Amino acid sequence: MPALFLTLREVGPITIVDLSGRISLGEGSALLRKTIRDLLETGQIKILLNLGDVNYIDSSGIGELVSAFTAVRNRSGELKLLNLTKKVHDLLQITKLFTVFDVYNDETTAVRSYQ
Amino acid sequence: MTPETKHLEVILDTHVESVNLAEEMCLRVAEAVGFSEDECYRIGMSVREGVINAFHYGNQEKPSKKIHLALDLTQEKMIIHVMDEGKGFKLSDVPDPLAEENLLSTSGRGIFLMRTFMDEFDVVPGRTGGAEIIMSKKFPAGGKASGNGNHGNTSSDAAPKQEA
Repeated sequence: MPALFLTLREVGPITIVDLSGRISLGEGSALLRKTIRDLLETGQIKILLNLGDVNYIDSSGIGELVSAFTAVRNRSGELKLLNLTKKVHDLLQITKLFTVFDVYNDETTAVRSYQ
Repeated sequence: MTPETKHLEVILDTHVESVNLAEEMCLRVAEAVGFSEDECYRIGMSVREGVINAFHYGNQEKPSKKIHLALDLTQEKMIIHVMDEGKGFKLSDVPDPLAEENLLSTSGRGIFLMRTFMDEFDVVPGRTGGAEIIMSKKFPAGGKASGNGNHGNTSSDAAPKQEA
């Protein structure tokens, strides 16, 4: 099963994290956790997670997204989600997290939404 | 178990890799007996969550304990059993992850996902001393699934246990 891959890019003060693969128990969740922690340690508090190529998230991955969301918010930052696949969208809906996260389908709109 | 039931059972180590192994094994069976891609996703996710539950909460990630995974293919449905060697738990004690106060919890959604994705779901005291998750998915159209599984056509005893 494919692991999680991610790359970072910056658009102004916003760090966009492009993810692909699975956010699940083990390496996927651990990599996301480390990436968010590293970004916060370097003062990056405006983070946009592009999940366009994430085809699978389990409960561990959901927990990691929530953990990232609260960690960024505790630093007075904003973590938002971009380009949810249908499976991830449905998963966030049934867990009622779709109303918690700020979700966008368009990168330009997402970038403009940051304060 | 009726003569028409096919049974498969494996014993898994309490290790993260067992989660992937269990998911892949059940996915192959689900695909072989003709479940749709969407149903296979739900079955795979549920098995994954059941084994994560056994790995993390039941066996508390102790390598000395084992996770027991069993599949029954009856005429009507695929039944999955996940047993741990922990202390067991009651479903009524599991917090509701959809409650406002739990929405930002970083854990506790596994049981909810299994309940949502499977047709039947229960937790009972297991023969391994811990909890036994029992969940099932009915074959499409209430009858036998298509595909090359041929379940229900021949009698089959329990397969030899494999150490993963």
